[in-house]
Order: sequence, then C-alpha cells, then structure tokens
Amino acid sequence: MSLLEVKNLVAGYGQVQVLHGIDLSVNEGEVAVVLGANGAGKTTTLRALTGMIKTSGSIVFEGEELVGKKTDEIVRRRIAHVPQGRGTVAQFTVEENLEVGAFIRSDKAGVAADMQKMFEMFPRLAERRKQTAGSLSGGEQQMLAIARALMLDPRLLLLDEPSLGLAPLIIKGVFETLEQINKEFNTTMLVVEQNANLALSIAQSAFLLETGEIVASGPAEQIKNDDSIRKAYLGY
Amino acid sequence: MTKFFQLVIAGIEMGSIYSMVALAIVIIYASTGLKNLAQGEMAMFSAFISWQLYTWGLGPWLALVLAVIISFILGMMLQQVVLRPVQDSSLLTVVIVTLGVFLGLSSLAGFIWDYLIKAPPALFPEEALVSFGSVRVGTPAVGVFVVLLALAAGLFAMFQFTKIGLAMRAVAFNKETAMLVGVRVNLVIMVGFGLAASLGAAGGIFAAPKVFLEPFMMLTILIYALASAAFGGLDSPLGAVIAGLIIGVVENLAGGYIGFIGSDLKIVVPLVIIIVTLIFRPQGLLGRKYIPRV
Repeated sequence: MSLLEVKNLVAGYGQVQVLHGIDLSVNEGEVAVVLGANGAGKTTTLRALTGMIKTSGSIVFEGEELVGKKTDEIVRRRIAHVPQGRGTVAQFTVEENLEVGAFIRSDKAGVAADMQKMFEMFPRLAERRKQTAGSLSGGEQQMLAIARALMLDPRLLLLDEPSLGLAPLIIKGVFETLEQINKEFNTTMLVVEQNANLALSIAQSAFLLETGEIVASGPAEQIKNDDSIRKAYLGY
Repeated sequence: MTKFFQLVIAGIEMGSIYSMVALAIVIIYASTGLKNLAQGEMAMFSAFISWQLYTWGLGPWLALVLAVIISFILGMMLQQVVLRPVQDSSLLTVVIVTLGVFLGLSSLAGFIWDYLIKAPPALFPEEALVSFGSVRVGTPAVGVFVVLLALAAGLFAMFQFTKIGLAMRAVAFNKETAMLVGVRVNLVIMVGFGLAASLGAAGGIFAAPKVFLEPFMMLTILIYALASAAFGGLDSPLGAVIAGLIIGVVENLAGGYIGFIGSDLKIVVPLVIIIVTLIFRPQGLLGRKYIPRV
C-alpha cells in the first residue's frame, strides 16, 4: 500500500476551483514529482495536502484520512511542507529556524542530534548559524528551508518548486541534495516542479498536471522517454 | 537642578505606565498587525476589577495579581469572541471593531461601577524612598519602574527561552511557516491577547491612584502609549519600553520648562512625537524597516 493516496481531490480559493478531482499516490521511500506549467495547480495541490485551503475528496496518509484536518494536526503526522519562495523565518537566525522546524517534537536529544546532522549536510549553514535567514543567499535560504523541514523528522516531505528563482548551478546543487536526502534517510518526497528534466532525473514516479487535472502519470523513466507527452506537455 | 531631577523622576513614574500599555499594544501589533485602540479601555476595566476585589476586602497587591490573571482570561475571551471572526477582514473593519470594544467597555464600566470618581488604594507608601540633597525619590516612582523592568525582563526571557515564546515570534514574523511547523496560530494569537491584556492591566492598576479611577481614566494614557509604541517601533517590545520612559520624561520637562505648555498642553507632546517619528523614522527607534525584495 502506498504512503499517500489521493483520490478525487478538489480544492480552490473562495469561489474559484483550481483542482478538479486529481488522483495521485506516493510510495514509501520514493521521490514523486508533479510537473506542470504556471497555473496548472501545483502549489494548490500541496496547499490542499497540508490543509491550508478548503479541500474535498480524499487524502489518505498512512491509512488515515487527512481531509478536514487542520494544518497543525497534519504537520503532527510528520508531513513537512517547504512552500514556494522562502520557507524560512527571515528574522530568525539559522539555528532558530532549525529549532522552530522541530517545534512539535519533544525528544530534545533527537532534535539536537538532527540539528548536528543538518550542519554536517549543509556546511554553509553551519558557518552561518548565528546569521539571520534573511541575510543568506537565495540558494542558502532554500537549503535552510529544506533543513528546517527535515527537522520535523518527516515521514513525507513536500517541496514546492525548489528551483524557483535560483541560478542553474545552484538548482543542480539543490536537486543533488534532495537525491542524497532520499537515499541517506529514505525520506519519501513529493516534489512539484516546472523544471521537468531535473525533477524527473531524481524521481521514480511522475504526474503531469494541466489546468487542475492529471493528464498523464507513470514511472518517471517512462514519462521522460515518451515523445508525445514530452512534446505536448513538457515542451522540449 | 532640584526641579529638573524632580521632573525627571516623576516622568519616569508616568513613563513606566505608558511603557506597560505600549508593550501591550506592541505585542498585539506584532502578532496580528492590529493597533488595538481598545487597549486603554481594557486596562481601565482591569483597574476597576482590581478596585472591586480590594473593596471586597482583598489586600491591594493580591487584588492586583488576581486582576492581572482575570484580565489574561478576559483578553483571550475578547479575542476569541469579538476579534477572531473579523481577523481576516480588511484592516478598517478590524479597527472599527476595536473602536466598538473601546466604547462598549467604557459604557459597561460606567454601567457596573457608575461614573463617580473612585480612590483606589495606593500600592506603595507615599514617602520618599531616598533623598539626594533636596531631590526626593518617591517610593511609587521606584516601585513602578522596578515592576516595569521585571515585566520587560520576564517578557524577554519568555520570548527567547520558551517554546511558546518561540511560537509567538514565529507567528509574528511569518504565519505561513509557523503553521507549517505545527504551531497552532490561533492559539498563539489568543495567548498574545491575554498577555497584552495582563500588561495593560498592570499599567491601568498603577495609573489608577495617580489619575483616579473612572471610566475615562485611560483616554490620555492611551494616547501616550500609542505615541510610545509608534516612537519605539510598533513591532519592538524593547523600543516600547524605552520610548515610554522617554516620552514620560520629555512631556514632564516640557510641561515644567516651556512656559506656554504648562500642564494644559502636555498632551500635545506625544502628538508632536508621533508626527516627527512618522516623518523622519517611520519604523520607529527600534522597529524593523520593511524593504520589499523584488
């Protein structure tokens, strides 16, 4: 059985419906990507998963229904969400951001050990641990946002366009890090991206989202090599 | 020089009260972006509660502590019942609602305790604590100032070293991230209102023996407190404390030395400070400057 099973998910903002009943599933330990253009509903999908907008349909996580639950209850089930842009508290220091990432955890020793792990994985953050997040470069902020999310010790990590606004070289570094996290900690991930090539390179399964509907899905390898899908939806 | 020091000491005493109410305003502003115009009336209501407990036979300090605790609960209830339903509305709507709370509380206080001026008990003995030559340092001035420092230190420790403090700062800075790490944002805002009500209550109860207890007692103090919050930086608790003390001292010195101000035009001082702050340093002494990144 899959870790996350989404069926007929409908969500939107006020009167505007953005998602018109999408299905997707993520298996334990894998990286899944949702690809789509601007306005396809990628961000909305993630916001629906963590209960930040009004949602109907079904989201089953580890056998438990999440629709109707509040964001903090969903986070307590160890689903970490790195939102688009800056998923950090700009006025907090690097250390405080990591500390707040572990807000719901009460195992002090585990939190301290995880913080140490983050500093080993992101040496740049260790150098800047007393600096405020707002003073970091874009790439460092994205790394911090990911580290902040990992401090939850997540069962599932949701990432909203981790490549947004970063230089190509930095983007490559971010994806390499994600791949490393997946391999080392066996963290299950659902990544939403426009940068199809790079996202598919680290993913096992992929979903194509167009104007609020899933138009294709399958193993990442297959989506990558399907010429018609590539031309029609990915534009290369 | 005696007159100068005497004015400064009296200024610190009033300034400490402004600082307490300004702290309350800043805590709510930082977590919700709302300037709570009802803060003064809430403090007045708390002062009445304290007085009521005293007339029922409690000691003045016990009455104060109980009133502060009751205010904490009332502040949380006020947020849940009155402000939470409108918290996502436009700022104007919320400001009008706080004005409604303002009028409602002053009428309710008048209804319960009538409009006759009451003399609340003194919390400190009136005699001088120490004298330097001809300068008398009164016990009330030292007492209120020490209480202010203790409250400020307690707040600082709470913000820096406790989990609820971390959550409150996270909510103030970035609600979305706070939500995504599992902070119950509404609960934190509710506790923030309770905390603000308690701080305001302390300000109101210490002010009551000086301005006398009646439903309109906090009107001018609210203006001084708003000026302190604006001058210190609306999102900076430390700024509010420093600015409150500065304004208390400056208004007293202006009243004592600038002939035409006297005691009648003192109220102009905070208004001038607000205007000058907004023109030359809109973020206040210690507030954060907002530079949107493009």
